[in-house]
Amino acid sequence: MTLPFIILAVLTIAAAVAAMSLRNLIHCALAMVGAFGGLAALYLQLDAQFVGFTQILVYIGAVAILIVFAILLTRGGQVPEKALFSSSWIWGVLVTVAVFGTLAWTIKNSFASQRVPAERVEATVKEIGDALMTKFVLPLEVIGLLLTAALIGAVIIAMRDEVKK
Amino acid sequence: MSDTFDQIFVSLKHWLLGYLPVWSQPVISCLLSIAVIIVAFATLFAITTWLERKGLARIQNRYGPNRAGIPLTNISLFGLGQPAADGIKALTKEDIVPFAADKLVHFFAPVVLVIPVLLSYAVLPIGRNMVAVDMDAGLLFFFAVGAATELSVFMAGWSSRNKYALLGAMRAIAQMVSYEIPLILSSVSVIMMVGSLSTVKIVEAQSTYHGLLPDWFVFTPWGFAGFILFMISALAESNRSPFDLPEGESEIVAGYFIEYSGFKFALFFLAEYLGMFAISGLGITLFLGGWHAPFAWLTWIPSWAWFFIKLVTLVLILIWIRGTVPRLRMDQLMNFAWKFMLPMALLNLVGVAIWHFMTPGLPRWLVGFALVVGPYLLLGRGLMAGKNLAKRTYRFAE
Repeated sequence: MTLPFIILAVLTIAAAVAAMSLRNLIHCALAMVGAFGGLAALYLQLDAQFVGFTQILVYIGAVAILIVFAILLTRGGQVPEKALFSSSWIWGVLVTVAVFGTLAWTIKNSFASQRVPAERVEATVKEIGDALMTKFVLPLEVIGLLLTAALIGAVIIAMRDEVKK
Repeated sequence: MSDTFDQIFVSLKHWLLGYLPVWSQPVISCLLSIAVIIVAFATLFAITTWLERKGLARIQNRYGPNRAGIPLTNISLFGLGQPAADGIKALTKEDIVPFAADKLVHFFAPVVLVIPVLLSYAVLPIGRNMVAVDMDAGLLFFFAVGAATELSVFMAGWSSRNKYALLGAMRAIAQMVSYEIPLILSSVSVIMMVGSLSTVKIVEAQSTYHGLLPDWFVFTPWGFAGFILFMISALAESNRSPFDLPEGESEIVAGYFIEYSGFKFALFFLAEYLGMFAISGLGITLFLGGWHAPFAWLTWIPSWAWFFIKLVTLVLILIWIRGTVPRLRMDQLMNFAWKFMLPMALLNLVGVAIWHFMTPGLPRWLVGFALVVGPYLLLGRGLMAGKNLAKRTYRFAE
């Protein structure tokens, strides 16, 4: 663990905790953007430029905006009057600990923990593109088709309906 | 001789770094690049505000600023002192924060806006060997930090607790999200041709000269269409007229920064202009050959001078457009983005692919030309059909 990693990890976790515990929903959304940014910085620290920038472009540029719009369109920015924690929080903690414990125990005993990490490779954008065009061409085509359909669908939804007379 | 002049800033930096201890060189090198970028583009910002006010005034048959010059004298220098006067005014004005405003978010919004805009300059090659960071995914970096500005616009509009501010922010975000798609798709055409996301490599790919014209991408059918699409989207992204609905002085007063005053307002103003320069600079890098001279016999002019000549020319064209084109309506804006720009940008990608795989020659030009003009005419006609458009007639007393 290096110093930059510790700083980024602390910032990311702090933003994530703030996103859960702040009272104002918009503040929560903005704190979550901080967590997204911290994750992107962690990717960049691992020399994964493409993934890091895509994280910023998709999550901060699109997902965060979507969340903010959803909050504004569904309810006002009022702060809830009720207490932040529900009265049965103790059960929530118990369930969380149980789930975490089970998962951690399973991972510890599975072969995934014995796997040797791959040696450090320089993943340039060109190599990612080559891999997408050769080994992973089918998933890419399927996703491309799906996204194009979504794009055209958005245009069709936005089209003015023909008024029938 | 021309070579030393071309590399004068690069060699100056190396000469300065030579006097410093080795361990401090990487940090100082970064700081020097940052300082030069901030000083150069802030100066350009000051000059552009003056140019814009003068130019708009000329178009609207006024004088524009013509008083402020050298202080304590009668020399006015065509009002060139105006930017300095405006700067001092912005610095000394009272900073008003509305009582109901969300103080923290209200404070951070202008800061969060300026930082990504300044970051985007990191990957712009402003001359030979003059790029702050030559990233493998430079273009992606530019768009990624550009996407972060949308959020700060929302922060400004929402935290002001003002109907006009929120309306302006919503308009701005809707517009920026819609026009980001044609902006990126038109840049993808260049990426497909070059095969790299690095801005330096994109400029290198346009370095040769072919007869009379340079090999800039704007001089190919797909490149021309891509450049026009890119610049229209760039205008919309920087919220400038005719896409200035988010500000819309006559309807929502000033949009998302209505509750900002003093230096915070100046920061919004600065970010808007720096964003305009950055995206114009990207347009130059992608389509107008970056820092390359337009003719082989003009290469003696330094590369950085060419970049700024092209930049100022583009900015002047943007000022001209602002002075002549009226503001769009919201539905017109959205229809234009989704029904015209998006299909054109997608079809342009097909055009690039065909251009890439055909052998150079006349057939390639004819096919490329047909693939741009055909969709343009068909789309235009299709969208105009049944709209009953005619020349507007004015009625007024003789």
